Amino acid sequence: MSEEQVAGSERTSPTRPQQLLLAGSVAAIALGLLLLLGGAGLGSVEGFTRLFGALAMLVLGCGSGLVAIRGESRVAYLLLIPGGAWLILFYLIPMARLAVTSLQEGTLEQGFRMAWKWSNFSEAFSTFGDQFLRSFLYAGIATAVALLIAYPLAYFIAFRAGRFKNLLLVMVLMPFLVPFLLRTLAWKIVLADDGFVADSLRALGIIAENGRLLATSTAVVAGIVYNFLPFMTLPIYVSLEKVDHSLLEAASDLYAKPATAFAKVTWPLSRPGVVAGTLLTLIPAAGDYVNATLLGTPRQFMIGNVIQSRFLVVLDYPVAAALSFTLMLTILALIIPYVRATGTEDLAAA
Amino acid sequence: MTTAPTAARVPLPSRFFAVVRRHLLSLYTIIALVYLFLPVAIVILFSFNDNQGRFNFVWQGFTLKSWRHAFDVPGLFDSLVTSLQIAFISASVATVLGTFIALALVRYRYRGRGTTNFLIFLPMATPEVVLGSSVLALFLALKVQTGFGTIVIAHIMFNISFVVVTVKARLAGFDRHLEEAAMDLYANEWTTFRRVTLPMILPGVFAAFMLGFALSFDDFIITNFNSGGTVTFPMFIWGAARVGVPPQVNVFGTAVFLVTLGLMLLNVALQRNRS
Repeated sequence: MSEEQVAGSERTSPTRPQQLLLAGSVAAIALGLLLLLGGAGLGSVEGFTRLFGALAMLVLGCGSGLVAIRGESRVAYLLLIPGGAWLILFYLIPMARLAVTSLQEGTLEQGFRMAWKWSNFSEAFSTFGDQFLRSFLYAGIATAVALLIAYPLAYFIAFRAGRFKNLLLVMVLMPFLVPFLLRTLAWKIVLADDGFVADSLRALGIIAENGRLLATSTAVVAGIVYNFLPFMTLPIYVSLEKVDHSLLEAASDLYAKPATAFAKVTWPLSRPGVVAGTLLTLIPAAGDYVNATLLGTPRQFMIGNVIQSRFLVVLDYPVAAALSFTLMLTILALIIPYVRATGTEDLAAA
Repeated sequence: MTTAPTAARVPLPSRFFAVVRRHLLSLYTIIALVYLFLPVAIVILFSFNDNQGRFNFVWQGFTLKSWRHAFDVPGLFDSLVTSLQIAFISASVATVLGTFIALALVRYRYRGRGTTNFLIFLPMATPEVVLGSSVLALFLALKVQTGFGTIVIAHIMFNISFVVVTVKARLAGFDRHLEEAAMDLYANEWTTFRRVTLPMILPGVFAAFMLGFALSFDDFIITNFNSGGTVTFPMFIWGAARVGVPPQVNVFGTAVFLVTLGLMLLNVALQRNRS
């Protein structure tokens, strides 16, 4: 944010007080960043004091930078500073911290220090490569299944539901009205070994006589699909809702069969919703560990399970950070092509 | 004579398929809705289960005992109160900060709009496990004691983006001419904001607050990383899942469900009245 303000003041040649203010602003921001990213050298200043000291420095820096700017954009920057500072402080800086931690070495007893230890990444992969691949496999399957369930549902609500539209939308949100962990635990009852679903599947010969549903990959994927289905349905519904019905009439006037009209008109127009829904499902699915923990066994564990146990149980921070950082980079690599094609505005709108 | 049956036959299959397709879609929708509702029904049903022992996974008969003794499980109600407090604080702060950003994005042309949009988009594109662990990495490095405060900090962070998006969607159809008209009639900027801008964005701001409240209340993954010893409602369930979730959890889960459902149906009814 600071660079923008400095850039914004270029238009008028700054006077001496303005230069001083700008210099002060840069110094305050630098001090704030030092407080956040600096090592143990600042050992005596720690805890919430250090955190809010840094926040104060950032806001002070941005504020004095603002005073130096003239013009209408000053109000805009004023509005941006508090929220922007919060996101920088508690999103961007933590990401940087994660990167720093991933290259540290040491143990909990001896303390961790920066060592550019790239082998944390190779160690993370040789040990937890399976979980990493499994995460994306499960997330990919779950996203595809969710799309198959959600598209016809969204289509029905957008085109056929009539006056029940709002009621159906509430029904689509139903899973979200029950706490996440409780609805996942409910699947444990649905998929139980002596439950109705498992019994019927055994009778139909789809699973073996002694076959199980619970504690399998199927259970984990089914749980993920259910938990994130509204994220898929709603964006698709929003884009289908916007489809201009006269376009469909035009298609049928020009002798397009319903299937052709769908392929040439409806589907292309709903694609932004499909893209947004896919991302909104895939991202939380890839990082989830609740479904794998509650509905699976360690053989179904995903990368989220590893990250949480390394961070909270094993306390092996560098490897945990390496895994977490790689997950973030992989997700970004997957979504940036989409974002470039459609723009963040569209995605955010859905 | 030969043409008549053919003429009757040609539209028949297509009509037949049209009917099948129409009903197929309805049938599909009904199945999907049953699927969506099934776990919810189970959560509600098992709040009435007369369970023996610690686990509440097998139906053993109807009872009202968990409802009558809803407050008897130590720590459960406290965790619910903690969750409500965190949700209220984090949604309030995030709504203010996020609305400011949305206003800046919609009303002003300034350098760095693209950067702002990207910064808003990033937290929504980050898996929760990465959000939770990265914030924890910061707290560990600064030796910040995790607990109530750190949960609130993390929740405000992920809520800001959702608030911005919600308020912005509301502001998209916003007519700046109304503000200009107010200014032409000698209203100053503050009066214009208070009398024109705020009433127009208020429904969006309220929706954003509700969304933030819901997201924060139900968050487990980020909270799990930053909770220290603080037990929120989801944390309570997580802890109980290993040793057996008491049916009272389902009682409170059902209460949460009924309250949110009531609010949503009220909203639907209000919208119908307005239109």
